[in-house]
Amino acid sequence: MIFYGVVLVLLLLSFFSDRKKTLKALKIAWKRFTGILPAFVLMLVLVSISLYLLPHELVMKYLGEEDISRGMVIAMLAGSLTLMPGFIVFPLCGILREQGVPYMVLSAFTTTLMMVGVLTLPVEKQYFGIKTALVRNGAGLIIAVIVAVVTGLVFSEVVL
Amino acid sequence: MKARFSTVLFAVYSVFVVASLVFGFQPGKDIGNNFLAFTLSMLKILPGAFILIGLFQVWVSRKRVEKHLGEESSFLGFLWVLLLAGTTVGGLYIAFPVAYALYEKGARIQVVLAYLGFAAVSRIPMMIFEASFMGVKFTFVRLAVSIPLVVVSAVILGRYLKASNWKMTSPQ
Repeated sequence: MIFYGVVLVLLLLSFFSDRKKTLKALKIAWKRFTGILPAFVLMLVLVSISLYLLPHELVMKYLGEEDISRGMVIAMLAGSLTLMPGFIVFPLCGILREQGVPYMVLSAFTTTLMMVGVLTLPVEKQYFGIKTALVRNGAGLIIAVIVAVVTGLVFSEVVL
Repeated sequence: MKARFSTVLFAVYSVFVVASLVFGFQPGKDIGNNFLAFTLSMLKILPGAFILIGLFQVWVSRKRVEKHLGEESSFLGFLWVLLLAGTTVGGLYIAFPVAYALYEKGARIQVVLAYLGFAAVSRIPMMIFEASFMGVKFTFVRLAVSIPLVVVSAVILGRYLKASNWKMTSPQ
């Protein structure tokens, strides 16, 4: 994994420049990690339940809704309420695309998936407070609508 | 009080999952499996991310962050966090502690919010995946629309939060 290669190189560079500082960095890392752990555990509990109630196949089935505006609403709800890594989402969306699901609906789904996180609220709230978290997620929802509509226009799926 | 609530919740959840395993209750077993799978995939990234945050804390001076991302920083500040977000791994849950570390070092709230938005929509590894399955046009439209909107919303939200005397909560 490239990521851990980078972490290791930086850690070694740091260690050979200043051992004390590096130890302090590791202490900070550990303290922060354990500090936020309860919020992460709560998030994982929510994720595990949501994944049971809304498995990937079910979400994908719902996105295939005939009516485009209903499809949009379902896409945004599903995108906000689930957590899926990119390497799962995009291949699935590619399949849906081939089945004729509009780009607009897929864009609403992927953009809310990226920007709006109900399941990550426990973690977000812990850092930024509930107010900021809610306002930021609300803004993400609005941005997702705009992105989806523009996508629909560009791909001529909707007309003004 | 709040810590106690999540402890109780987690205890109830654990008992439920373990009981499901013992009595063969399928939904509970599925939920337990989901929990394990997600925990494992998150544990692959979290330690590395927190080590980077620790290194950032000791090596990058507050002055430097303030100069480039703080109250006096120019529009370039948004460009810096766009670059940082492009290389962010994992999902938003990794971006939250990173954003908090930036804020603590003196980045202004508008820039921090923009970072969170960028980290959501413009992570490079994710976009490569997206473009290869959805087409370059799809990815391009999404980016071209969402990046300016992220900046606009970050500026508006930042002003609103400042005007309403908002304070960042500490995770500890």
